[in-house]
Amino acid sequence: MIVPIDLALLFFLVLIAIAAITVKDLLAAIALLGAYSFVMACVWVEMNSVDVGFTEAAIGAGATTALMVAALSRIARWEKG
Amino acid sequence: MSAEKKYGRDVVIETIARLMIPFIQLYGLYVMMGTEGAGGGFQGGTVIAASFVLYVTAFGITRGRKNFPESWNVAFKCLGLYLYAGIGLLCIIFSLGVAEYLNYAAVPLSNIIGHADTRALMIADVVEIGIGMTVMAAFVSLFFDLAWKEESVEEEEGGAEE
Repeated sequence: MIVPIDLALLFFLVLIAIAAITVKDLLAAIALLGAYSFVMACVWVEMNSVDVGFTEAAIGAGATTALMVAALSRIARWEKG
Repeated sequence: MSAEKKYGRDVVIETIARLMIPFIQLYGLYVMMGTEGAGGGFQGGTVIAASFVLYVTAFGITRGRKNFPESWNVAFKCLGLYLYAGIGLLCIIFSLGVAEYLNYAAVPLSNIIGHADTRALMIADVVEIGIGMTVMAAFVSLFFDLAWKEESVEEEEGGAEE
């Protein structure tokens, strides 16, 4: 566990989370959530928990993103208001 | 030609998908049963399901549905569940009087195969294949249910006739 890498990853995590809830384009929000899951997987691996990191990469960045894109294909792309 | 252009078929995407799908599925199988020890069935099933999602992305949902129909989904789901529960029931039957669910050491295969550890590992692999099958089929079914549109069949059939 290296503190500067940890701090940089967590800073990116907060940045991506804020961007994901403020953006109006829902497809961009899904892509940002995928990036959030990827950075989170990096954080898990950096904390020496490879199994949890791999699960996060498979479920969060892979499966959930595909499911949300599939759900987005049935609704409007732009958030109103 | 016009039909292919209309639905965004691309030779680059199709070739890359053809190249990558077998390796993704092999990697999923490795995650499921490559390492010695329990765990990994859920992740491996998700990785294999992601390969089906890549197939649908590259070749269109109608063709994906044709190649992996809902009846196969149901069959895989039930087969995985029966593998898992069947091994558990086998352990209950063989651990006479104690009734220990999923106690692999109770199954009398050591005379045939050898050491108790290898036997337990083999049965754990069977259980993990069951878990992976169920997770894979459930995820593919979820994806098709979310992405399926009724008009996509007519659109693609109409496009082929043009």
